Amino acid sequence: MPPALMQQQQLQNRWQAIPMSSQKPAERINNFSEVAKGYTEEQALAEASRCLTCPNPQCVQGCPVNVDIPAFIKLITEHKYADAIRKVKEKNSLPAICGRVCPQEEQCQKYCVLGKKGDAVSIGRLERFVADLELTKPLTIPKPQTLNGKKVAVLGAGPAGLTVAADLAKRGYKVVVYEALHVAGGVLVYGIPEFRLPKKIVQAEVDYIKALGVELRTDSLIGRLFTIDELLEEGFDAVFIGTGAGLPKFLGVPGENLNGIYSANEFLIRVNLMKSYKFPQFKTPIRVGKKVAVIGGGNVALDSARSALRLGAESVCLVYRRSRGEMPARLEEILHAEEEGITCKFLASPTRFLGDEQGRVTGMEYIAMKLGEPDESGRRHPVPIKGSEVVMDVDTVIVAIGRTPNPIIQSTTQGLNTTKNGIIVVDTDTGQSSLDAVYAGGDVATGEATVISAMGSGKKAAHSIHNSLTR
Amino acid sequence: MSKSKPATQLKAETKTNTHKIIAKQDLASNIKQIQVLAPEIAQKAKAGQFVILRVHEDSERIPLTLVTWDNDGTITLIFQEVGYSTIELGKLTVGDEILNIAGPLGKPSEIKNYGKVAVVCGGVGTAAAYPIAKALKEAGSTVISIIGARNQQLLLLEEEMAKVSDEFFISTDDGSKGHKGFVSDVLKTLIDKNYGFATVYAIGPPIMMKVASDVTRPYKIKTIVSLNPIMVDGMGMCGACRVAVANQTKFACVDGPEFDAHQVDFKELMQRLKGYVPEEKSIIQHLNPLGGKCTCHQH
Ligand SMILES: Cc1cc2nc3c(=O)[nH]c(=O)nc-3n(C[C@H](O)[C@H](O)[C@H](O)COP(=O)(O)OP(=O)(O)OC[C@H]3O[C@@H](n4cnc5c(N)ncnc54)[C@H](O)[C@@H]3O)c2cc1C
Ligand code: FES
Repeated sequence: MPPALMQQQQLQNRWQAIPMSSQKPAERINNFSEVAKGYTEEQALAEASRCLTCPNPQCVQGCPVNVDIPAFIKLITEHKYADAIRKVKEKNSLPAICGRVCPQEEQCQKYCVLGKKGDAVSIGRLERFVADLELTKPLTIPKPQTLNGKKVAVLGAGPAGLTVAADLAKRGYKVVVYEALHVAGGVLVYGIPEFRLPKKIVQAEVDYIKALGVELRTDSLIGRLFTIDELLEEGFDAVFIGTGAGLPKFLGVPGENLNGIYSANEFLIRVNLMKSYKFPQFKTPIRVGKKVAVIGGGNVALDSARSALRLGAESVCLVYRRSRGEMPARLEEILHAEEEGITCKFLASPTRFLGDEQGRVTGMEYIAMKLGEPDESGRRHPVPIKGSEVVMDVDTVIVAIGRTPNPIIQSTTQGLNTTKNGIIVVDTDTGQSSLDAVYAGGDVATGEATVISAMGSGKKAAHSIHNSLTR
Repeated sequence: MSKSKPATQLKAETKTNTHKIIAKQDLASNIKQIQVLAPEIAQKAKAGQFVILRVHEDSERIPLTLVTWDNDGTITLIFQEVGYSTIELGKLTVGDEILNIAGPLGKPSEIKNYGKVAVVCGGVGTAAAYPIAKALKEAGSTVISIIGARNQQLLLLEEEMAKVSDEFFISTDDGSKGHKGFVSDVLKTLIDKNYGFATVYAIGPPIMMKVASDVTRPYKIKTIVSLNPIMVDGMGMCGACRVAVANQTKFACVDGPEFDAHQVDFKELMQRLKGYVPEEKSIIQHLNPLGGKCTCHQH
């Protein structure tokens, strides 16, 4: 489209976001390829030109890491894509990932002035556009730093840990990342499915961090292989704990250990980390029946439901104890799931599971709920309606009702203060824990949150580790 | 690798995590022992712990109990070729590398001087029981071992177990060696002979552990079992390994693998272990089109 025409069209449609093309629902439910295809250059230019470049931009306050949003969008309109991504990367070191998985409608885009009358500027899609473009170029590796002689151990290679590692390596620290699993990436590799976040994008970030000189040691479960005390004794000047919230919660109702009932983590670890969607080429099995119920209403529930559908389930029903408006998942994912034919049963909560003689689940009894007073999270609290129990036929159940911090480090480190839920208590400004030289960030210090907040807390911790070690 | 190297140097050398197989031995038909380079794990391992390994990029993660570990930086693992993944592991030979080994995992056994302890084990469970018996003996306990198998050929670690035991009994289902019958029969006889066990360790197939725990229950003898449910990560992140203990859900990989036998729901454990039987069959069929007998391991 010639620029003049495009601009003209744009002016007419200032209130309407440029849609992003995606695989058609009927096609995509048969594969694990990425659903959303990203903007073309033309689409990105058109969308970027919708930005009013407000003198007093509201969007930035919605970004947990304060990316200079109007500046990078303006650079896009000027076709200066390399400068645009550099601008984003001043604050966000994982833009190709965040552009895909951030809940933008709850963050930056929520504050966009255009959103008052029409669609907010699609900031996330623009971020993804410039980040993806950069990934097609050969990797530019910053000059190797002269090491400053200080060593930092980072525990967990999720977004929090990877951010700390990158920031400190760039400042001349020797960084060793200990990751319990056989690959780095945390939830980005074991949880979020390929169709939403291709693993090669995560791999590119990990490769970049290794190119910075960070030493990555997989298969290293800290707490068992080494304790934090041992790492400090061995000569690390500081330790950052970024071990995430990976301990799945269960409902605690009868029959929950029947075969065919998975925690969302088990289901997703099998599918994503172990690639059982390629069984038997990959050897880890997964069993998905015909009628699948997924319990929960967040991203984890949706990722499980959509994976189950792709693995051949005839029907997938999301069972959520609140209503649609309270679902914590990203809006785009809810819409995608609905398009794919996933049904929802709102205001319902399982009370027990029924099984056959072989111990396989055959049914789920649930009770209807109504919304009562708002609870501490501000959402209205669901209350069961007595006597409303019904049984539905199921042969697979995926429980996605939340996760708490991985407990091994907490239980093997003396003097490390935690809440009763196992969340490591830190100073929110510095990330410092109750122990000297021990910092924490990401889900392990906040409870389940987001990729961007994990990254943000990693940045903060890296900064204060640097301050304290150069004092 | 020389024994005198300081720990930090050892580590620098193994940054790339190469887990080379140093030795391999057939212990019985389908049961193999490998000695693998894994210096960090060898330094840290304690009785009762296990590792999770992955043979190739497309392999499953499989849990195996640590049998021995040495200050030459090696660990020994014993496994029975029961499914595709263990057969695949069995195909590796000396000099081959195992892609990933994570460990030590799980809580170590509570090793102390218990007074008189019975260590009752069957099948490959003997491999898991051996380091515990050895540690108990070193801690001053009087160790009475009872090892069993279907037949004489399948008995594992006889000499090793005898060496760390004050008294040593054998039982085979077919009577080809020792008592004819089950290890639990021998246990019952010893209890009735007033052996006065303070604690019983029972490690083996779930049914054997269940029967052994039924034997000790009326006598109120503290009985510990080491459970072997299906595991995926082995680090407390998936819950595949969940077991009901005293009606509470526990994760065997981080809360265990050892639990109070009298509190374990064995029926549920046995059902959960069968969770993927059709898939396991299908993969063997798929990858061995000749069907039935696999062509991949020769004796
Ligand atoms: C299925 C799913 C979908 C999600 N979707 C979104 C989304 O769309 N958008 C969004 O913003 N957020 C999403 N989230 C949340 C987001 O992924 C997390 O908030 C974020 O990954 C937290 O990062 P982290 O670095 O704190 O921890 P994690 O990503 O959990 O990484 C922690 C790492 O530490 C390792 N580890 C744990 N214990 C140890 C130990 N003892 N020693 C060594 N290593 C250890 C773990 O193996 C893991 O690799 C989703 C989460 C899930 C599970
Ligand atoms: S094996 Fe995953 S939690 Fe135990």
